Amino acid sequence: MKPLTYTRYELLRTLRNRRFFVLSLGFPLILYYLIAGSAHNVSDLAGTGLSAPLYYMVGLASFGTMAAMLSCGARIAAERAVGWNRQLRITPLSPRTYFRAKVLTAYMMALLSLIALCLAGTTLGVSLTADEWLKMTGLILVSLVPFAALGILIGHLLTPDSIGPALGGGVSLLAFLGGTWFPIPSHGILHDVAQFLPSYWLVQASHVALGGHPWPARAWAVMAAWTAVLSVLAARAYRRDTGRV
Amino acid sequence: MSGGVAAGPHRGAEGGIELRGLSKSFPGPDGPIEAVRGIDIEISAGETVALLGPNGAGKSTTIDMLLGLLAPDAGELSVFGRSPSQAVSRGAVGAMLQTGALIRDLSVRELIAMMASLYPAPLDVEEVLELTGVDEIAGQPTQKLSGGQTQRVRFAVAIVSNPELLVLDEPTVAMDVEGRRAFWTIMRAFAARGKTIVFATHYLEEADAYADRAVLMARGSIVADGPTTEIRAMVGTRTIRATLPGADIDALAGLAGVSGAERHGEIVILSCADSDVAIRALLADHPDARDIEITAAGLEQAFLALTGDGAVAPAGHGPEVASR
Repeated sequence: MKPLTYTRYELLRTLRNRRFFVLSLGFPLILYYLIAGSAHNVSDLAGTGLSAPLYYMVGLASFGTMAAMLSCGARIAAERAVGWNRQLRITPLSPRTYFRAKVLTAYMMALLSLIALCLAGTTLGVSLTADEWLKMTGLILVSLVPFAALGILIGHLLTPDSIGPALGGGVSLLAFLGGTWFPIPSHGILHDVAQFLPSYWLVQASHVALGGHPWPARAWAVMAAWTAVLSVLAARAYRRDTGRV
Repeated sequence: MSGGVAAGPHRGAEGGIELRGLSKSFPGPDGPIEAVRGIDIEISAGETVALLGPNGAGKSTTIDMLLGLLAPDAGELSVFGRSPSQAVSRGAVGAMLQTGALIRDLSVRELIAMMASLYPAPLDVEEVLELTGVDEIAGQPTQKLSGGQTQRVRFAVAIVSNPELLVLDEPTVAMDVEGRRAFWTIMRAFAARGKTIVFATHYLEEADAYADRAVLMARGSIVADGPTTEIRAMVGTRTIRATLPGADIDALAGLAGVSGAERHGEIVILSCADSDVAIRALLADHPDARDIEITAAGLEQAFLALTGDGAVAPAGHGPEVASR
């Protein structure tokens, strides 16, 4: 048994799916240029201390990476729809190997999306030191863990025709409430709700590296709780998912 | 010395396959639907067995339980002395499920190599490509294959693990006559390696030609289990169809050579154990019968004759049926 071979082919398949690849990476870029391009002279956006191109770069980095993680679910749903999940279930493939391949695929797309956005940022005058970039990337990658579980969960619960609207709506809502499009006010109901969302802390994670407030203990607690709950649910959904779709 | 114990040709194939008192129901709109109703099947290692039956007989449900994809409500399964999921995780089982396509963005060769990598002792990828006749399309992407090519690749996926038990659920459904023949030739070559094979089909000819033994299923139960020659004799009945207004179907069912009768308006359909005797008897009693056709019975009718059960059609809407 060569568990790495499965992962390798999963990565290869993702890179070869040109439409999936281009759309996943392209949309955040288009949004970035539309939003930040028109405000590229704003040097302190809504009191965040960040310039508009930088604020939206990290905001869309969180959006793009989150969408990339969750669209891993769409690929799972498509596999299930052709019965491939059942075919895999009659092999000795362990859940661990399966999850690892899916999570790595999602992370590969997220990382590529992040790099694309950082390159786009430099074209609008954003410059980060290597240290800042590494710190930001590291924190974003940590913040994506619950989204990896969420992607696998919805992939095993939904069908390809229902996952489209679920992803479109879910990502927009999480991005909106997380502060991707505009800074979340420092108090009020939006602020209170956002405190419990992984997408809020994902956006905050990128700010930490850029001189924002560091993640409070609550952030770690919220992220750990979402990761734990979603992982258990994803594992359960996978285990039960042996029927015909 | 490095390395573990070499896997023999019959690794873990002792004990054959046993299904005991297996039952499975699914929730339906009018209460639970009993898909499989307490069946017992015993299969020796190396045997090729056909699960024969019309659609809805419970074949696929039985196969899903045999593969560990579905937990039975009651009963026990043993695959070479282990539970189905244990047998699967040892790589002893290969299957071609009824529904299914291939994942995209890999070549045929890559797909087979990916599947081979999941097993402890797979066959050589090139050997599998050649054996299943897909070596010529090995470089093509999986999403560009025809229906028949896809089926052959799915078969390659099923055997790449060199399984002791190969399960095929209606493998030839999407194939034309030529493809079907080619498929069974390959399957036989694989069976000749001493493999245990279970396949589901609703074609009597397939069971007859390629299985040592057929297990006949109808509506969740086993109707017959035996060598295919016996099954052929049992279901090899003929049907007489004639226009006969105002016929008494109970009387028709009682004619010599007739095992069952049904009426659809002015048309009567007689299932015959011996159609030669039956047609003489019919014409002697009813010289006015016209538009007479004698055909080999389909499996559905054969099952009807075998089970003497007219409840296949919804009550009150189906044909009027009598049998003896």
